[in-house]
Amino acid sequence: MKGFILSFRSEFYKSRKTLGFWASIMLPLLIGVLLFVGFYSKSEKLVSFPPMVLWLQFAGAILGIMGSLVLPMYIIFIAYSVNSIEHRADTWKTLFNLPIPRWSVYAAKYFYAVFLVFTCLALFVLFTIGFGNLLSVVKPELRFDNFHMEKELAEIYFKLFLSSLGILSIQFLLSLLWADFLKPMGIGFVCTITGVILASKGWEYAYLFPYSHPMEAITTMMHRGEGSPAKQLQIDVFTKDVFVSLGVAVVVFVAGYFIVQRKSVK
Amino acid sequence: MVINTEGLSFTFGKQQVVKSLALQVPEGSIYGFLGPNGAGKTTTIKLLLNLLKPDAGEIRVFGQDIKSHRIEILSQIGSLIEQPAIYQHLTGKENLLNRALLLGVSSQRVDDMLSLVQLTNAANKKAGQYSLGMKQRLGIALAMLANPKLLILDEPTNGLDPNGIIEIRELLKKLVAEHGKTVFISSHLLAEIERMATHVGIINGGAMLFQGSIADLHAISKPLVRVETENTVDAANLLTRNNYNVTEVTDQNLFVPYISKQQMGEINALLNKNGLAVYSIGKQQKDLEKLFLDITQNA
Repeated sequence: MKGFILSFRSEFYKSRKTLGFWASIMLPLLIGVLLFVGFYSKSEKLVSFPPMVLWLQFAGAILGIMGSLVLPMYIIFIAYSVNSIEHRADTWKTLFNLPIPRWSVYAAKYFYAVFLVFTCLALFVLFTIGFGNLLSVVKPELRFDNFHMEKELAEIYFKLFLSSLGILSIQFLLSLLWADFLKPMGIGFVCTITGVILASKGWEYAYLFPYSHPMEAITTMMHRGEGSPAKQLQIDVFTKDVFVSLGVAVVVFVAGYFIVQRKSVK
Repeated sequence: MVINTEGLSFTFGKQQVVKSLALQVPEGSIYGFLGPNGAGKTTTIKLLLNLLKPDAGEIRVFGQDIKSHRIEILSQIGSLIEQPAIYQHLTGKENLLNRALLLGVSSQRVDDMLSLVQLTNAANKKAGQYSLGMKQRLGIALAMLANPKLLILDEPTNGLDPNGIIEIRELLKKLVAEHGKTVFISSHLLAEIERMATHVGIINGGAMLFQGSIADLHAISKPLVRVETENTVDAANLLTRNNYNVTEVTDQNLFVPYISKQQMGEINALLNKNGLAVYSIGKQQKDLEKLFLDITQNA
């Protein structure tokens, strides 16, 4: 366990000056600022909306692109980023001859990637709520303060987080095995497009394909057309696609561990 | 023995890179691991560090089996393999601090190492901007950070200027003499190893050709007398008639095994007396290639 903690801290130390780390902070901030500016400048069109619809518009604008594109691409990038530090510096050999068990080195790296994804999504929640409330301060006619969906937002993003773990594990393993960016990126991109098509066409087995999960998470969480708007906001976090995502994550993580154990450092 | 291997073998695909190697590295020695490029030196080092898994054979370091005591053994080894593994986006000092974090070493030790390899002034410069020699020195600092009992260095003087090479050599000698370390150092340069090693292993094609103390090696590596003369063929015939063993004749030079200074004088006099002008004559150490031939022929 000590080795794991040391390795995890070292991952942070190494990456804190890299784009991979800062992307996790800048991405939610940037999107939040863009939306804020958009809502601010178009406020006169939005004044008539009730507070709940305002919030759904505001949060939904991010979530719409999140499931289909932003989250999968960000994960592909993060998985590559934490592994490429070692590929570029040719440091796998020094990592694996440290007096630290190999599983610690591997697990620390993996969980650091998970940590970055979690941080990024948590910041999305924070910035969505923050900028929404800021809008109600600078544009009091937009009545963001009259409705609260902090809990629902947290649930939605937590669900997104869980449904992204399958992709993350696969991309992590691909980036561990291949030094160049194009292979994991290419495979990830093709799979993401496939996943989005499968999920948006409503293919009944799309829930089995990890790259469909973020999209599925968005489309299955709302109970559409079921009575009052309040009821629509009941969020099912643990749907079957989330369980498949977690299952894939565990299996690929363990498989990766055995690959790393046998990995010869050439 | 600090390192002791038996029947160590490794195969890349169909090619056997290491053949039944029996390394014996005594404690407190500087063990020079010699061989031409592609002889299997780096592969052997990776086997010693458990980075590669041997097909057959045993590796014992500090008397313990590497398979069952990996962590204990690795905590006492500092290593530098091929190019130094350095994060280019961090400064030299940050590279050391990161490793100190992983090894549980104090930051004071980082400063000590920086001054030891004379990088204190460049400590806060990005390692990506370091020259090759500076990177190599940082690599050595990284290897020595945890104050290991055994240093395994793969061609550590690669890319260093003559001053740097001398510094590293003096440093390694000092570590062995004053701090009781053992150094395992690979090189393809015999002259480099001869200047500091106490023990030598010579490897070619994955097989050990010679292993022993530096004195044993000198006994095999007999020097030659090189004679530059106007007509090497006539000179060689003349010397052979006078019971000299001429080992090699080229257009410019001929070679006779060196025995003593007197013998060189006699050769010079004999050639001059018979009207063959001698342009130059001198003692010459055999180079590594010739030594290999010698050792393989004797084996």
